[in-house]
Amino acid sequence: MAGKTLYDKLWDAHLVTEREDGSALIYIDRQIIHEVTSPQAFEGLRLAGRKPWRTGASVATIDHNVPTTPFKSAAEIVDQTSRIQVQTLQDNTREFGITEFGIGDVRQGIVHVMAPEQGAVLPGMTVVCGDSHTSTNGALACLAHGIGTSEVEHVLATQTLVAKKMNNMRVSVEGDLSPAVTAKDVVLHIIGIIGTAGGNGYAIEFAGSAIRGLSLEGRMTICNMAIEAGARAGMVAVDQTTIDYVEGRPFAPKGEDWDKAVDYWRTLVSDADAEFDAEVNIDAADIRPQVSWGTSPEMVVPVDAMLPDPQAESDEVKRSGMQRAYEYMGLKPGIPVTDIKVDRVFIGSCTNSRIEDLRAAAEVAKGRKKADSVKQVLVVPGSGLVKQQAEKEGLDKVFIEAGFEWREPGCSMCLAMNPDRLEAGEHCASTSNRNFEGRQGNGGRTHLVSPAMAAAAAVAGHFVDIRELDQA
Amino acid sequence: MEKFIRQEGLVAPLDRANVDTDQIIPKQFLKSIKRTGFGPNLFDEWRYLDEGFPGQDSSQRPKNEDFVLNQPRYQGTSILLTRRNFGCGSSREHAPWALMDFGFKAIIAPSFADIFYNNCFKNGLLPIVLSEDNVEALFKAVEGKEGFRITIDLEQQQVIPESGEPLAFEIDEFRKHCLLNGLDEIGLTLNEAETIRAYEARRAEREPWIFQ
Repeated sequence: MAGKTLYDKLWDAHLVTEREDGSALIYIDRQIIHEVTSPQAFEGLRLAGRKPWRTGASVATIDHNVPTTPFKSAAEIVDQTSRIQVQTLQDNTREFGITEFGIGDVRQGIVHVMAPEQGAVLPGMTVVCGDSHTSTNGALACLAHGIGTSEVEHVLATQTLVAKKMNNMRVSVEGDLSPAVTAKDVVLHIIGIIGTAGGNGYAIEFAGSAIRGLSLEGRMTICNMAIEAGARAGMVAVDQTTIDYVEGRPFAPKGEDWDKAVDYWRTLVSDADAEFDAEVNIDAADIRPQVSWGTSPEMVVPVDAMLPDPQAESDEVKRSGMQRAYEYMGLKPGIPVTDIKVDRVFIGSCTNSRIEDLRAAAEVAKGRKKADSVKQVLVVPGSGLVKQQAEKEGLDKVFIEAGFEWREPGCSMCLAMNPDRLEAGEHCASTSNRNFEGRQGNGGRTHLVSPAMAAAAAVAGHFVDIRELDQA
Repeated sequence: MEKFIRQEGLVAPLDRANVDTDQIIPKQFLKSIKRTGFGPNLFDEWRYLDEGFPGQDSSQRPKNEDFVLNQPRYQGTSILLTRRNFGCGSSREHAPWALMDFGFKAIIAPSFADIFYNNCFKNGLLPIVLSEDNVEALFKAVEGKEGFRITIDLEQQQVIPESGEPLAFEIDEFRKHCLLNGLDEIGLTLNEAETIRAYEARRAEREPWIFQ
């Protein structure tokens, strides 16, 4: 019999029961909750007269709606509907006895930054949240994926999910990454190859020496965008980097439990003889800094390339998608990526708002200035603790001196539910995860890049190859 | 949840691939704390010429007359025909809520994004996967004849166009059972509370830190 994949092991460890009709119940160890996808779930509980199964399994924070300018209470949120959601989460978590890192708490931040940072996500867990980027947490060798609001309610009420096992895919990136290439470039490159639907029905394990060489934060960036390749869950096996990351975090086990946990966690790797339903092999040396040009994350090219010609695309559905994207983006095939001018820059989101992302952006910004043609550069840390650490290192001053804006933590311009947004027609170099039409503001045009590439575009006023920045 | 057994209705063709949930229901409408009322803002950025915001009266807004759902021939539609990877992106359940609130009962496509597909079933909206060829043929049929209708028979797992052969589709047994009977999944799961408790006891033995 073939060995087990990491995903097989996680699935088996959480299987509560299998039903005759082929569906299964899996146990959920951790639910992360935010203000946008939870109100209807709590309301459902109330209407049915149900209580949460295990309140300690949930941890909540506010992120999607919060302003990134300082505020001290929900009452200060100008947008009434946002204010109601923030207030509703506070009311619900109090009523049901769930821990919330709310307004003014230094632990408040983007769900997928806050939870690993607190050690609320541990290797071997099942982790869900009403947010598709829950896949981020798979970097800690957990089974982590997004769910809908009905499922949020189901998990609150039963601590389980009705699930069907996914297929196994392994994406291996072998070799050394060139110094200018970051985790973001790796994952954009992968999505460019397998496409936005390539991972549908799969749990993806990211493997290979280039992935193992990344920090835990870098692995989170990769797993974060598994969903942009269509896969609900992305994951990376446990190694010393994983264990070192978890040790000492507030929710992590201590003492004897710690030793026992580490022994177990070390088994959370795919067996050597495990079989995958699909395998993708990528040579790290092929990966260059990436820039997305269209309205789907698969519409991505290396920064030193020209924009692709739809006529060269043989698939008719894809070709018409590309043509529509060119129209929306106001771009033309054949122009160099570096000719694209940017109006705004956003450095943040659950993809790229951790301390190492801010360090990478600051390294580029240091001693340079925002181009006059760039209207705004927002730097939004992923949590209060990331912000605190960045300020300790003086990164805030570097940004401010470069003419960037240093903000409070939240999802911000990744999805523009708060006041941070693009105006119609504006091009944005963004470290976020989705370049969909209107995502960052009605009519806005998003280009997905790494933090260093975003900072470089802010300085130059157009995309530049980070490898040639000093010459630019 | 309302039962889904058989649905007969007018088909509207949305000829785009990779329609993401940000398009189905833009973020400004996610600020609602209710499950209903999203219908007027379904595909908001494509349906209207201006920018929508929560709480406004959408009947007074300028419409994009070219958009399929604004065309007179598709008024009263309840079945959406579309292209591959429908519902990709954000996990927002507001997407199926908006589709249902608008009046859709079923969506036919060559493939769906996983989370969206799952969310549909929780609300009694039926996503149907047909082959690229069958979807293409339906697009031709719908565009070729005004008022083209189909019947969906969930029991028999068939899409029956008003002309042509019935098309078979696959569906999970459990999901089919829940839809046909309009079952509350939480209630079903709670019937297995003892099994869940027994599982927790085993886990707590092995991984006590999970329960601290």
